[in-house]
Amino acid sequence: MEESMSEAGYDYRVVRGFTYSAIFWLVIGLVVGLWIAFEMFDPALNLTPWLSFGRLRVVHTNGLGLGFGLAGVFATAYYMLQRLTRTPIAFPRLALAHLYLFNAAIALAAVTLFAGMNTSKEYAELEWPLDIGVVIIWVMFAVNVFGTLIKRKEKQMYISLWYIVAMTVTVAVLYIVNNLEIPVTLFKSYTVYSGTNDANVEWWYAHNIVGFIFTVPVLAMFYYFLPKSTGLPIYSHRLSIVSFWALIFAYLWTGAHHLMLTPLPEWIQTVAIAFSIFLIAPSWGSVLNGYYTLQGNWDQMRTNYLAKFFIVGITFYGLQTIQGPTQGLRTLNAFFHYTDWVVGHVHMGTMGWVTMVISASFYYMIPKISRADLYSIKLANIHFWLILVGQLVWTITMWIGGIQQGAMWKATNPDGSLMYSFLDGLTSLYPYYRLRFIAGVIYFIGILVFAWNIYMTTRKQPVEAEV
Amino acid sequence: MGINSKPVVFAVISAAVILVGTVATVFIPLFIPSTQPVSPYVKPYTAVELEGRDIYIREGCNNCHTQTVRPLRTEVLRYGEYSKPEEFAYDRPFLWGSRRTGPDLNRIGGKYPDSWHYSHMQSPQRLFQKSNMPPYGWMAKNRLDTSNSFKKTSILGYGYTESDVKNQIDSCRSRVTAESYASKESRNQVTPPELQKDLTEMDAIIAYLQKLGRDVKNMEAAK
Ligand code: HEC
Ligand code: HEM
Ligand code: HEM
Repeated sequence: MEESMSEAGYDYRVVRGFTYSAIFWLVIGLVVGLWIAFEMFDPALNLTPWLSFGRLRVVHTNGLGLGFGLAGVFATAYYMLQRLTRTPIAFPRLALAHLYLFNAAIALAAVTLFAGMNTSKEYAELEWPLDIGVVIIWVMFAVNVFGTLIKRKEKQMYISLWYIVAMTVTVAVLYIVNNLEIPVTLFKSYTVYSGTNDANVEWWYAHNIVGFIFTVPVLAMFYYFLPKSTGLPIYSHRLSIVSFWALIFAYLWTGAHHLMLTPLPEWIQTVAIAFSIFLIAPSWGSVLNGYYTLQGNWDQMRTNYLAKFFIVGITFYGLQTIQGPTQGLRTLNAFFHYTDWVVGHVHMGTMGWVTMVISASFYYMIPKISRADLYSIKLANIHFWLILVGQLVWTITMWIGGIQQGAMWKATNPDGSLMYSFLDGLTSLYPYYRLRFIAGVIYFIGILVFAWNIYMTTRKQPVEAEV
Repeated sequence: MGINSKPVVFAVISAAVILVGTVATVFIPLFIPSTQPVSPYVKPYTAVELEGRDIYIREGCNNCHTQTVRPLRTEVLRYGEYSKPEEFAYDRPFLWGSRRTGPDLNRIGGKYPDSWHYSHMQSPQRLFQKSNMPPYGWMAKNRLDTSNSFKKTSILGYGYTESDVKNQIDSCRSRVTAESYASKESRNQVTPPELQKDLTEMDAIIAYLQKLGRDVKNMEAAK
């Protein structure tokens, strides 16, 4: 046991394990993403039932949301927890069990989704036995979060820890409430909610699971790793306190902006619109806190590759949190809902904000725990530019395509009849889908460079012996 | 701030803060009947339609198709009457979807004869060369598994007896296998000979599609 621990007795095995897992699931999830992106302009790739678009899209979203996203969150959370409390993980064996069980669950999730065992509720597609597994995995994580916090040597909890605590609590509530279901067989269940209520519960869940996996813990990383990698303290502690409470309070009211103009009672939709607009304030609280942290040191954007990742990442978060409330307005949503515009929104968040911040956090963390320098800063820069360009082409293409699609659905002839058939609208998008595929390949190459860079860094000098 | 050094208190307060919006916009509506009203005109799915619905879920058709027509002029023009909450009383889960790569299906019932669906499901590209919908011909090669049909309808509280379920399955089978079945030719084209006297997954999903949006027409007519 002893030799696997570093200076202060910190246990980094689980950090390393989750880092590798995150990168592994990222690569798998992106291959599937490219596959479905191709199917959208050429259905020939629907080779077998389990490769058909309807099944595969779910593998993409779960592989990246649960596999990549959560593993990245766990890797960085185990690291931040130990450093910020100056205390080793409370239950290191439990943490390792968490790592193995997590990967087993994601692998099973992929297999069952390929096989079509799927509840159809977005981001909650896993069937009930896996839901139970997810809850167990979450409890294992929570025990370590609270165990370590209770034992901690550092009295004050830094902002990042608040975000981790809020995530731990909220994800548990969301997941359990939305996944209440009655089993039929081992592979099939029915939710306990019906119709409109099911829709309301589901989008409360889906909006917030995105918020509490792709925003809250990513902000925790941002608040910790930005100061660490620039050597600059966060600009305003008070601003971060206000932003934190306002964000976690307002988030939960907004799920219904996904259900605009559906049979859901109108007042729930209207409340969601109002809180969505309010969310701009706490979101930009964090964005500005990041910008002001660099005040007077903007040259780091040139000299420090990590600063570039974090600042460009938070910029996409800023744009995302303006675009989101805007497309949530009733009249604009009538136009954009169901179109590729929203797909562009999703991928600016995931390919811009989430992957930028998680990869930079890994670039900081892995050399630290391997006690070696990063293999290549040059490659890190290449990675940065490839994923930036790939993402921008990807999302801008989808925004333009989305506007075109919305306009074609709405267009009428002078006599009031529809101008375009549904298929006219779809086929006019195929050039955009082709370009999106190419952009995805560029982004994917960037991610391969990233994976290689991390791998070579861990190879550079023998890391501490594993147990 | 004192709570920054008390993790458990901090967690409890966070939980309270996130529960405010949750209770107001999600938990309370669950107990207000008008969130999900019921109508005597909207009937539960038959056992076969329900099996078809489960296949729709299994194949993730909802990743390309929505099932809610919004009250917008061009949308009503394209798909038909906008969706009413009563229509979804028996939907567990709901299948409204969030992406419209293919057209909305909430009003698809009765839009085409069964024969159209057999050919279309077999190969969308044969009907529309540029469609990106995956072909689902293999569904006609799978015998429909009805071993859990009764259990399913009773979990969903549809109130059928075991013999109701058996009758529903039998009557659907005899309808689609009858010599007089109007879509017999296209059905036999896609269904292998050994299954032509039996119910297939394709039959079930088409039965489901044909149910969508039908009952609400009666409800609207009665208004
Ligand atoms: C990749 C996206 C995609 C998937 C997955 C998909 N569809 Fe489609 N679907 C389309 C498109 C595009 C059209 C319009 C062109 C056509 O009719 O083929 C369509 C049309 C239809 C239509 C005709 C609608 C009308 O009003 O003319 C039906 C019915 C249908 N699909 C049913 C299904 C079912 C059932 C499934 C699942 C087994 C499914 N689709 C899966 C994309 C998809
Ligand atoms: C090479 C890069 C990528 C490609 C080619 C790709 C491709 C796709 C495609 C084709 C869709 C379906 C869009 C539709 O139905 O119209 C999709 C959806 C989605 N992708 Fe990706 N993706 C990529 C990267 C990512 C990343 C990095 C993440 C998350 C970390 C992600 C998360 C999602 C999510 C959550 C959805 C569902 C969106 C919705 O329901 O509106 N994707 N992706
Ligand atoms: C203030 C912040 C935000 C608001 C108000 C907001 C608002 C919205 C709205 C209204 C939609 C639905 C659009 C439609 O279907 O018509 C949406 C979709 C989505 N947003 Fe955001 N957004 C915000 C930030 C983010 C961030 C930071 C991410 C991180 C990646 C994100 C990820 C997504 C995803 C994945 C979807 C697609 C859901 C689906 O249909 O499957 N959003 N957002």
